[in-house]
Amino acid sequence: MSAPGSAASGVPHLDVDPFDMMFFADPYPTHELLREAGPVVYLDKWKVYGVARYAEVHAVLNDPATFCSSRGVGLSDFKKETPWRPPSLILEADPPAHTRTRAVLSKVLSPTVMKQVRDRFAAAAEERVDALIEKRSFDAIADLAEAYPLSIFPDALGLKPEGREHLIPYASVVFNAFGPPNQLRQEAIERSMPHQAYVAEQCQRENLAPGGFGACIHAQVDEGAITAAEAPLLVRSLLSAGLDTTVNGIGAALYCLARFPDQWQRLRSDLSLARGAFEEAVRFESPVQTFFRTTTREVELSGARIGEGEKVLMFLAAANRDPRRWDSPDSYDITRRTSGHVGFGSGIHMCVGQLVARLEGEVMLTALARRVAKIEITGEPKRRFNNTLRGLDSLPVTITPA
Amino acid sequence: MPAITFIHPDGKSDRVETSGGESAMQAATRHGLDGILAECGGNAMCATCHVYVDESWLARLPAVADDEDALLDGTAAERLPNSRLSCQINITPELDGLVLLLPDRQV
Repeated sequence: MSAPGSAASGVPHLDVDPFDMMFFADPYPTHELLREAGPVVYLDKWKVYGVARYAEVHAVLNDPATFCSSRGVGLSDFKKETPWRPPSLILEADPPAHTRTRAVLSKVLSPTVMKQVRDRFAAAAEERVDALIEKRSFDAIADLAEAYPLSIFPDALGLKPEGREHLIPYASVVFNAFGPPNQLRQEAIERSMPHQAYVAEQCQRENLAPGGFGACIHAQVDEGAITAAEAPLLVRSLLSAGLDTTVNGIGAALYCLARFPDQWQRLRSDLSLARGAFEEAVRFESPVQTFFRTTTREVELSGARIGEGEKVLMFLAAANRDPRRWDSPDSYDITRRTSGHVGFGSGIHMCVGQLVARLEGEVMLTALARRVAKIEITGEPKRRFNNTLRGLDSLPVTITPA
Repeated sequence: MPAITFIHPDGKSDRVETSGGESAMQAATRHGLDGILAECGGNAMCATCHVYVDESWLARLPAVADDEDALLDGTAAERLPNSRLSCQINITPELDGLVLLLPDRQV
């Protein structure tokens, strides 16, 4: 029996750290290295397997019985370490437990519900664009990518007005905590107590306004779908994954459209491309870069033998630019057929809030393209560093009204 | 391999060859067919691969599952008794010749 990932298993060993600041600054050369080294690689630095090609990432995502989530979707193995917070009932769960909780959130965030909130989300996008046209020069991250979701999502959830400043910092902790025990993760968790306390409080039934997503989750207790103890943790999932992700998604779309003016003009000439422009930004930038799975048994994956209890790191971003799957993967093309990209994952754990994200992205880009002729980057964009999320900290822009 | 036909709202039709075990949605997107968006990639989450099944074929399809039924309530174009999500229609040899009508919009 050879050691995990030893040369005998035929899996190439790579000496790269995909959670290092240098890597975050420019991940693309390393993504290529990871893809081209083989279908499955071994990363000595963190003693994990890695998959960076589309086919293998898709295969791992779609075999949850072999590549499980209940042992954590970060580096930490919940079988060996105590999780930093009580595990998620949906993200960090396997069937059959996952099937039940997933059904509840799918119902709360269904296409039917999106139809009901669409007009409200679109009106808020128009209002935001009005304000920005007044300003002309602003930070596209703080004043738009953050301000817009903050103006609708906490209300849609039914959160109290007080304390919302904890939301983005809490999400930042959650996504840093999927990473290895590096400085980003350690510092995030050390400073997380006030954010955790806020979130725990907000998840309680009495703190959620009637009619909101949060109240709808608690109403499922009355239907017998979940227990009263489970409901707050499911609300927590929306607080963890429903805001910062869309901030980075919208930020990615703005960064793309500002960098590629031909695509911006294309969108302006056909506003029905707004939804596709957002979706292509999710593929192109992959705001959620990585997730882990843990093997439940010895498995052969594309010729590589992986033992039981091994962590497998999926490079969603690299898969989304795998030339084996995508034509001209490094170009941002708002008319691309993006169906099948793994920016929202795939399979039973595919982002349950994807419809909210698309709706926010679509209505914001529509409002912007209708009113704005030109977006110019007027200063050096600054990157925000997180073990899982990729996005900017600031993007100074000046817009020209149409 | 079985082939299926998609009819666009303007009456034009596209005949698509399927490959073993794929869904009608997968066959459509693999051929770059307009009119099927499939935003979620076939995970029964988004209701953007909506089709109307030609009446003569309706009874030959497997029943609508609960999750598909809930999603069909959220389709952009009107839900009709013959509405289905094409990602949930696996093309077996018995479905050779299946005719699916495309709605005027998916979002």
